[in-house]
Amino acid sequence: MTASKTPTSGAGQPAPEVGFTQRARARLGLLTVVPTLTWWVIFLVLPIGLVLVTAFFKGAPYGEIIYEPGFGNLVRATDPLYLGVLWHSVVIATITTAICLVLGYPAAYFIATRPQARTRTVLLMLVILPFWTNFLIRTYAWIILLNREGVVNGILKRIGLIDEPLSLLYNDAAVVLGLVYGYLPLMILPLYAAIERINPQVLEAAADLGARPLRVLRTVVLPLIIPGVVAGVVFVFVPSLGNIPVPELLGGGRSEMIGNLINRQFLTTRDWPFGSMLVLLLLLILMGLLVLQSLVLRRNRKVRIDD
Amino acid sequence: MNRNIRKLAVATVIMLALAIVAACGGSDSAAPEQETGPVTLHVLTFNDYIPEDLAAEFKKKTGNDLEISYITSNEDGIAKITAAAPGTYDIVFLTSPFTQGLIAAGKVEPLDASKIPNLANLYPEASEVAYDPGNAHSIPYSWGTTGICYREDLVGDTVIDSWADLLTPDEALKGKITMLDEDRWLLEPALKLLGFSLNTTDPAELQQAVDLSIAAKATLLGYDAETFYSKLVSGEAVAVQGWDGWCNYGTAEDPRIKFVIPKEGSDLFVDTLVIPKGSTRMEATHQFMNFILETQNGQWVAENILYKVPNKGAMDALDPALLEQFPNMAIPPNLLLQQEALEDLGEGHAAFAEAASKVKAG
Repeated sequence: MTASKTPTSGAGQPAPEVGFTQRARARLGLLTVVPTLTWWVIFLVLPIGLVLVTAFFKGAPYGEIIYEPGFGNLVRATDPLYLGVLWHSVVIATITTAICLVLGYPAAYFIATRPQARTRTVLLMLVILPFWTNFLIRTYAWIILLNREGVVNGILKRIGLIDEPLSLLYNDAAVVLGLVYGYLPLMILPLYAAIERINPQVLEAAADLGARPLRVLRTVVLPLIIPGVVAGVVFVFVPSLGNIPVPELLGGGRSEMIGNLINRQFLTTRDWPFGSMLVLLLLLILMGLLVLQSLVLRRNRKVRIDD
Repeated sequence: MNRNIRKLAVATVIMLALAIVAACGGSDSAAPEQETGPVTLHVLTFNDYIPEDLAAEFKKKTGNDLEISYITSNEDGIAKITAAAPGTYDIVFLTSPFTQGLIAAGKVEPLDASKIPNLANLYPEASEVAYDPGNAHSIPYSWGTTGICYREDLVGDTVIDSWADLLTPDEALKGKITMLDEDRWLLEPALKLLGFSLNTTDPAELQQAVDLSIAAKATLLGYDAETFYSKLVSGEAVAVQGWDGWCNYGTAEDPRIKFVIPKEGSDLFVDTLVIPKGSTRMEATHQFMNFILETQNGQWVAENILYKVPNKGAMDALDPALLEQFPNMAIPPNLLLQQEALEDLGEGHAAFAEAASKVKAG
């Protein structure tokens, strides 16, 4: 950063000491950003750059990369086989997100409307608590609960509801269950933050002006919590879409999702360029989602201002 | 805003340039190292696959040190030695088709048999292997086959002796079967039942195997290449496709868990040790290979990993009670050699991998 770009106070004639301190402060500010920036470059920009480059090269039988640029991987990725896996993943992630929204909204609303701050803190703690245990371990716990000889089947059999154990595991429903379980807190937290910020007086005013509860929800609450909803949707959809362990463990590897497919390109098929292309496509989808998110937010803000 | 975008663009271009440099680099060869005095051998192996005191014993015998790093799979091992500068690793543990691939790619140092007198401890069959005839480039560490591992008490009247028992199971077995989902083994039941080679890359044959495998998913509990023996112990599964050694882990917990090689035949895999091209410590690496082939090391593998070893001296030294408890440990070398050796698929690798993807996505 050059001195000319340093913001100056006053009308173009800063006192020398002031300019100096500001420059020093700016430099100090830059210095504090350096660790983050370094981290960002090494662990985000560089790997994604590598993926971007690798995606347009060719893989060889022994995992080598042939440095001949081309679009072969892109063409291959549009094969119905791979698009099918991608579509399946989108469907699973969408269902997961919808269920999280339906379950998460009442929960967030309930927590946010507790009158006592301590109650709210305790309830929020309970939402976050599962994160203290490794996700993989919690996923294995579902296997213990749901397998044919597991806890749930055991109880159902004991109380005489079933004779033969139910097949609760190793299907798409189990995958959705695992994802909802894992990512529900990521929906509740932003929703909570949005709902909690609503001034109760606004709701009272709406009621005083004759709005029925449903109308209050639709015209007052909903627009105010849209940012929270959108954030929650993105937080849940993104990790669900690329999830690897849940389809493997709870889905029994029977219906692959895009994360598993990518994982296999790198770890067993040893075709890094094709794996990179799939990563690239996934990133594009996710970036599209973020663009969509900001569009929704901008529109929402505009609507509110217009109102 | 504009300026930020321009900055971002510049930064991206720089990063890409760096990335290309990074991707293309790494071909510098390590400085040759003189082999005087004790050296440190860099060994890549699987977790829990060698005796804990191996390094100490080796040090005692030869004065050389071992630095051991771990790989999680063969692909991981290949990736590590491909990415590292030549000479980074001196000894790598790999399974036979991967060994064959590396040998074919010229990435393995040939062995000097005169420096490995303990080769005499091996069964004669151990050098009649397709992936490396005469052990010219590798020494075998353990070997085995894949079959059906099942709960004798839960399969009812079904006689388990065919891959069809997994692919088109009797009513009692439906939904209680798991199969392996590592590419080469994923298609094995179908390929063998159809009478094709496990090493086929013929599109028509692969497609038939894919169709049969996808149809079989309807009666499958799931794919499992990690914990299939625990599923047998809990009774969640009653018959699974599994490796002989791992089936023994189930048998150890429940003696009603049995192993059978299906009548259509199965595969032979051999875990081997190779010296990746570029190692500069040829004396010490040969010393290590000779050391690994000592009877007590082979015996350790058989007793602790419950894998058969091609080391005749080691197998002869086993307690008969162990063979009785784990009958598949007593499968003789000639029967193992009758199974089809898994081979490197070379250029056909991609077609095979795609076929496996079809099954997983189907």
